[in-house]
Amino acid sequence: MEVPEGLCFTEDHEWLKVEDGVGTIGITNFAQEELGDIVFVELPELEEEFAQHDNFGVIESVKAVSDLYLPVSGEICAINEDLLDSPELVNEDPYGEGWIVKVKLSDEAELEELMNTEEYREFLKEEA
Amino acid sequence: MAKPLIKEYGSPGRKGYSLPEVDVPEKDPEEALPEGTIRQEKPDLPEASEVDVVRHYTSLSNMNYGVDSGIYPLGSCTMKYNPKINEDVARMPNLANIHPYQPEEQVQGSLELLYELKEYLAEISGMDEVSLQPASGAHGEYVGLMIIRKYFEKKGEERSKVIVPDSAHGTNPASATMAGLDVVEIESNERGMVDIESLKEAVDDDVAALMLTNPNTLGIFEKDICQIQQIIHDAGGLLYYDGANMNAVLGYARPGDMEFDVIHYNLHKTFSTPHGGGGPGSGPVAVKSKLAPFLPAPVLKKEEEKYCWDFDRPDSLGKIHAFYGNYGVMLRAYSYIRTAGAEGLKEITENAVLNANYMKEKLKDTYELPFASDSLHEFVLSGSRQKKEGISTVNIAKRLLDYEQYAPTIYFPLIVKEALMVEPTETENLASLDRFIETMKKIAREIEETPEVVENAPHNTVVRKLDEAQAARNPDLRW
Amino acid sequence: MRYISNTPPEKEEMLQAIGVEEVTDLFQAIPEEVKFERPFDIPAGLSELELKNLVTDKAEQNLDLSNFSSYLGAGSYDHYIPAIIDHMIVRSEFYTAYTPYQAELSQGTLQAMYEYQSMICELTGMGISNASLLDGASALGEAVIMARRHTRKEKVLLPETLHPSYREVAKTYGEPHGIDFKAIEQEGTVTDYASLAEEIDDDTAAVVIQYPNFYGSIEDMKKIAAEIDRAAKALLIVVANPIALGLLTPPGEFGADIVVGEGQPLGNATNYGGPNLGYMAIKDDRRLLRQLPGRLVGKTEDVEGNTGYVMTMQTREQHIRREKATSNICTNEALNALMAAIYMATMGKEGIGEVANLCYQKTAYLAEKLQNLAGVKVMNGDNYFNEIWLQIEKENLTAEEVQTQMCERDILAGVNLARLTDNKGLLVCVTEKKTRQELDDYVSNLEVVLDG
Repeated sequence: MEVPEGLCFTEDHEWLKVEDGVGTIGITNFAQEELGDIVFVELPELEEEFAQHDNFGVIESVKAVSDLYLPVSGEICAINEDLLDSPELVNEDPYGEGWIVKVKLSDEAELEELMNTEEYREFLKEEA
Repeated sequence: MAKPLIKEYGSPGRKGYSLPEVDVPEKDPEEALPEGTIRQEKPDLPEASEVDVVRHYTSLSNMNYGVDSGIYPLGSCTMKYNPKINEDVARMPNLANIHPYQPEEQVQGSLELLYELKEYLAEISGMDEVSLQPASGAHGEYVGLMIIRKYFEKKGEERSKVIVPDSAHGTNPASATMAGLDVVEIESNERGMVDIESLKEAVDDDVAALMLTNPNTLGIFEKDICQIQQIIHDAGGLLYYDGANMNAVLGYARPGDMEFDVIHYNLHKTFSTPHGGGGPGSGPVAVKSKLAPFLPAPVLKKEEEKYCWDFDRPDSLGKIHAFYGNYGVMLRAYSYIRTAGAEGLKEITENAVLNANYMKEKLKDTYELPFASDSLHEFVLSGSRQKKEGISTVNIAKRLLDYEQYAPTIYFPLIVKEALMVEPTETENLASLDRFIETMKKIAREIEETPEVVENAPHNTVVRKLDEAQAARNPDLRW
Repeated sequence: MRYISNTPPEKEEMLQAIGVEEVTDLFQAIPEEVKFERPFDIPAGLSELELKNLVTDKAEQNLDLSNFSSYLGAGSYDHYIPAIIDHMIVRSEFYTAYTPYQAELSQGTLQAMYEYQSMICELTGMGISNASLLDGASALGEAVIMARRHTRKEKVLLPETLHPSYREVAKTYGEPHGIDFKAIEQEGTVTDYASLAEEIDDDTAAVVIQYPNFYGSIEDMKKIAAEIDRAAKALLIVVANPIALGLLTPPGEFGADIVVGEGQPLGNATNYGGPNLGYMAIKDDRRLLRQLPGRLVGKTEDVEGNTGYVMTMQTREQHIRREKATSNICTNEALNALMAAIYMATMGKEGIGEVANLCYQKTAYLAEKLQNLAGVKVMNGDNYFNEIWLQIEKENLTAEEVQTQMCERDILAGVNLARLTDNKGLLVCVTEKKTRQELDDYVSNLEVVLDG
């Protein structure tokens, strides 16, 4: 299964890409396949602040609901408004146009807890 | 192919109704009523003839499938035959044509029937007092939990935790939330039963209740019920029985004897009242006497051979329905219990259990049986073997429709991957069971030989597989 | 038990296949200490004929509405039900089906529910309707919880002009969710608008208005809506009699956020108060929609592009969202909703208005006659739809006595208000079923009772 390089991952199958102190967050290809057709993404408000592992939103497929947890603490600095009308972007391009939020990291040290690409690939194997 | 909408039959000025002429002097409501309260634009309802309407709904009924069409093995739904005499009873004019605010002395016949029904339901469950008011199973759960809430409030104890096994019906945690209680989920063990250690860990001074279905949603009887009830009661909590699976134990075990404190029934499951395409149901609640004061008001009483409603219930949780609940459904259940009688009720359970076990035996080699423990009226298979071939359980369900049989409950309980939950009920006979078994085996063969046929099912229904994602993404909920 | 058709040899064959000797062997999992060993204390089973005789005997102890000229209403209305409704709903493909989990084999129920939702929207002037709830009162209970969640505010205003049982049910539902209910006094047969205006503030989640209200009068909706507008975020919940909406401005036009009510007047008999159906419609608002309880049917397409219907947005519901669901409700009252749909389809664009007008004209006729009768007072003045509050002003004569004496004259004169409220008098309901002659008889009989 395709897992891009250079990202961080959580055990909840979310990915995080950090650039200049800002993390872009989405769900992995594995997660979108497990959920099936995504029909709704509930997004947080801009400037809302969250602690690490806080529930910041909800993602829904036809017959499943999944809470979204923030991999790192910080303030929401962007939300993907395209998902409101086209939640299927998460299915079609989970690592690209299907990103969910961007967060201004408050503690980069938290990144160390996350998995790298190699570790996540291993994790997926174990899950299977 | 869907039929045209009823609105499309319309033609301006066409009428399907007839009403008498106004036989009193007419008054202009616009002059009498507050400004702006007279409707200016007529509602855009159909303008269809009586024939149009009759043909439309007849054609819609032809696109439906009910128990009268064939087997309906939805697990936990107990889709048994709905006896026709029950329909006749509920439609008897002097039973049906009464108003909820008629004086009690004018409806003694009805109240007597309801009172007797209450007594039967108390006897069948081993409980002391019954309220017939809840209008559905979920309503019954809600009432049961509100009773528990009020009980602790009255005792001055603050308890808010409701323990729910992970195999429970989704209504259990949802009802707890509706009653303002907090849900704690515990895991099942490898035998598909409540894990005693997890239960012990979850139990503390805050526990208000454990909600249990017994047999549980896997059809497995919780053998450790005595120990379970002891753990909960020792901690000062109460035991709630979800009666969805009562059809498995009639005459064999009673929730009251298992020391449950509250139970709700589903008259539309165990007692054969029709489901109506999703209601009306009826969810009577039965309690031990210490909880009786908290039942919803009013409670039906018998005083000196007269039946009456008791509204004076100071500790009651309050009202939950504008009137007395789903009376018409109660009449059908009464009729059913009298038809069955003491012996018949036991026979119902025996045959429901026999049918389910026969089916399980015949299907367990073709489909994975994740829990081998003895089961009663229903059993859960898994389509995971077929999933490895690329065919999901939903495809198996859709393929069944092609063979003109309804599908089992799928993807529930949540603890079984690719679950197929089968409950044949006692009213299917051997030939019908065999037909279903053969079809399930045939589908398993198809998955090996011609998987695309299963994957693209259904083929023979009025519409092919419907796009649910599209429906949820861009809701079109009205014309 | 005659609904079990397996014969003894067939049962034997099945037991052998399972590998047990007797059917009781299948119950070994039940521990001995909880096994139920005695027969039920329930009478022996009856044949169909015996059952019918037994129930007929009991039923004959009832005096049903055909024995009287009935003026009972107060939330359960005796309207004319077109003959076709009963003929359609006995089609067992409808009534013996379950909730339409397998959409492809349930298109009948699903399309009927989609049409029901559409017609409820047309009648109420709202954007979205669910596929029905348990009854009108519990629908209000669900609505106040929804308002609490949506606004995150706690105060809900319940005027005394709202049906007392609805007030009670709303309180039962709302209490566990920390809703702070405030009663609003009545002034005559309508809400005291000054008190209402005073109570609406920033903490108000919702204002509930019955339309027409419990006493039969039509509240000044424009005025109320303007007051709510002032306190921006409070929701307006209207409890409306759907038949009245044939004549009255739909609540959607006053800016109602949620409209609920008892759907029984639409083609369902009084049936001792149940099964009924609660309807619920909301304005077209995506955020509010996500908070909506109950089943929803949506239109979609199959793989070949044909139109079809499915239950949709199920992630709101208990079987998926469990403790976070918008409600615990599973079933709607599908068969009752089907009856309501057939009723709306039959009466159609013109008929609903005509029924409503007949109700109004006949109520007006009776009200005016009663206004001229010494010893009683019509509290509503000119403001009513199909119910009036009749106060007995004759000394030493209670409403209950009037009720009893009228009953002896085969007239159910109205609901005794003392049964439900602190007010005295009768709540008199007139539907299109009453003829002028019956109304005249009501007045002449009442005159005799008052004189007696």
